[in-house]
Amino acid sequence: MNIVKNRNIFFTLSILFIVVGIFMAAFKGLNYGIDFTGGTLIQIDLEKKVPTEDIRKITNEFDKNASIIHAGENKNQVIIKSSLNLNDKQTKEIFNKFKEKYNLKATEADKAESLGSAIGSEIQRNALIAVIAASIGILLYVTFRFEFKFGLSAVISLIHDALFMFSFYSIFRLQIDSTFIAAILTIIGYSINDTIVIFDRIRENSKNTKKENYEELINNSIKQTLRRTMATSFTTLISIMLLYIIGVEAIKGFALPLVVGIIIGTYSSIFIASPIWYILKTRTNSNKNLKQA
Amino acid sequence: MKKRNMVIFILIIAIVGSISFGAINGVKLGKYKIPPIKQKIQLGLDLAGGVYVVLEAQTKDTGKELEKKMEQTKAIITQRVDSLGVAEPNIVIEGKKRIRVELAGIKNSQEAIDLIGKTAQLQFVDPQGKIVVTGKNVKESDVGFQQSATGKEEPVVSLRFDKEGAKKFEEATKALSQKTDPKEKAIFIVVDDKVISSPIVQQPISDGKAVIQGSFDVKSATELANLIRAGALPVELKQVQTSVIGPTLGLESLDKSILAGAIGLLITFLFMIVMYRVPGFIADICLTIYILLTLSIMIGLDVKLTLPGIAGLILSIGMAVDANILIFERIKEELKSGKSLRMAVDSGFKRALTSVIDSNITTLIAGTVLYYLGTGPIKGFGVTLIIGLCTSMITAVFVTKFLLKLTVNTRLSKNTKLFGA
Repeated sequence: MNIVKNRNIFFTLSILFIVVGIFMAAFKGLNYGIDFTGGTLIQIDLEKKVPTEDIRKITNEFDKNASIIHAGENKNQVIIKSSLNLNDKQTKEIFNKFKEKYNLKATEADKAESLGSAIGSEIQRNALIAVIAASIGILLYVTFRFEFKFGLSAVISLIHDALFMFSFYSIFRLQIDSTFIAAILTIIGYSINDTIVIFDRIRENSKNTKKENYEELINNSIKQTLRRTMATSFTTLISIMLLYIIGVEAIKGFALPLVVGIIIGTYSSIFIASPIWYILKTRTNSNKNLKQA
Repeated sequence: MKKRNMVIFILIIAIVGSISFGAINGVKLGKYKIPPIKQKIQLGLDLAGGVYVVLEAQTKDTGKELEKKMEQTKAIITQRVDSLGVAEPNIVIEGKKRIRVELAGIKNSQEAIDLIGKTAQLQFVDPQGKIVVTGKNVKESDVGFQQSATGKEEPVVSLRFDKEGAKKFEEATKALSQKTDPKEKAIFIVVDDKVISSPIVQQPISDGKAVIQGSFDVKSATELANLIRAGALPVELKQVQTSVIGPTLGLESLDKSILAGAIGLLITFLFMIVMYRVPGFIADICLTIYILLTLSIMIGLDVKLTLPGIAGLILSIGMAVDANILIFERIKEELKSGKSLRMAVDSGFKRALTSVIDSNITTLIAGTVLYYLGTGPIKGFGVTLIIGLCTSMITAVFVTKFLLKLTVNTRLSKNTKLFGA
């Protein structure tokens, strides 16, 4: 497969996906978790599965728009999310209503969380700072160990990963909470790891070949590292997927973006990062040739 | 030579095997007992259950002044939390204006939240309503005993003012003692806007000591003394986030995550043996050592395991596997190019090393950013990722190399097919 030659296909696919994601976000908005909007989350073990309508009868008393999610083994638990900022006394009251109606043994909710909306904007800002800081750090390191063009390609592909992830959340309307940010940063970590291994091979191969045929150089390097890329992605994916399948609700929200991210990270290091380096490399070289002529 | 290497190799397998068995099940050797790792590792709030509150300072201060006030606030909250008797509370300043208080194992969230936010504001007020001295000027506050009017010994809170407070108190009591109307001679001791007692001042008090009488029992007197000693918070705090996590939820998540991790590891182990035969088996030993090391470091550094931390751990296991895969793929290539096994292991290892180091360091940069800029669970994720990456580099570079060299010198090396060639 000639990856460099077909680079425009991959670029187009990625850009299309990202543009759709951004449009969706602009027009339909994002599905923000209460970490971002502020609000209250109550998780209660009802000891049996209770239909949503019955739960609504209680929750409607305080918030008609509360979202209700079943969780836990046999879906015995219920997670109630409201954009209202309820205080401790109010959440206790709500819990007591459930306790009375369903004769619960527990004396307190499994989880009760309340957040101010001020935190959301701060999380967003911090996340952006974190991505920028990580990118600069990586750019510096790669420039130091390799060359600036490798660093730049790596960072562009990282931004691609972050945007792709954002679009994924936007298109599939997944909830954006603070673990989403951790996930994006993790993907960046994983993706860069993958990218560097391929770059390392390109660097090594370019020492051994005198002819500067970059297309062949990149294609060969990717081919040589492909088995490793696949093996690593497979073992990491298996573990994270199991966490998603077996794990509890709280960790599922974290495992899913990791699964998606590992796939994107693997994709981008092969189909995005290296072709970008190809463009950077050949463009400046042809400029040089022009000057010489 | 060959025999000796084989013996060492088998010995290492036996040692690693028994240590991991011990780590999983715990060891009992006569008097000595080592509990299983699962019990030793500290659990974060999301796993152990408990309460956390994020408080925000309501102040316009910035820079050094704000920093100082936040540090003071943290110290005071720590004192208050200590009086709750929570094992290892976690109190951190988040960002510039926020304080996160994590209390693992607390069941009554309301009590904890009340206590953290509570400011025992002590005031001595004269009959005109002028505040004479406040809790700010209290140097010491303790429980004492005093004979009451009925002759019974009853608990009181005894106070000692600092220099400034003593002077103010002396001036005020001097003025009050000169009044003739008993109504005008009283000084009101107010705690949190409630008048606790209003003794009549007979003579000026110059030694800077005062006693708060009220109908206290020993417990309530101790509580008040503690609250006054802890002092007033330098800034007003507002709750911006509270969370109560039931312990059953936590334990369930831990068990499930361990199960997921164990199955994932098993598949990874099998995959490595199928893909790389002898080196794959070596990688499995190396991974086992890696996991034992990482968990030990986490216990040693008191890193609390959180749900995202588990994800970080699994991801770093992925990176540890990756380091081995990189090395073995290289060795395979070298073997295919016709080199002898010994040569192939040497040069393959050397060539893989730059990839391993460069790729891990770049990930480390991302992990470090997460640690420094993240809060709460994200920070926990960063820590486990950093620890995991460092250990994985060390085990891949040293342990894998050592074991590979050992096997190269044994009979196993006769058949390069066993090395995946």
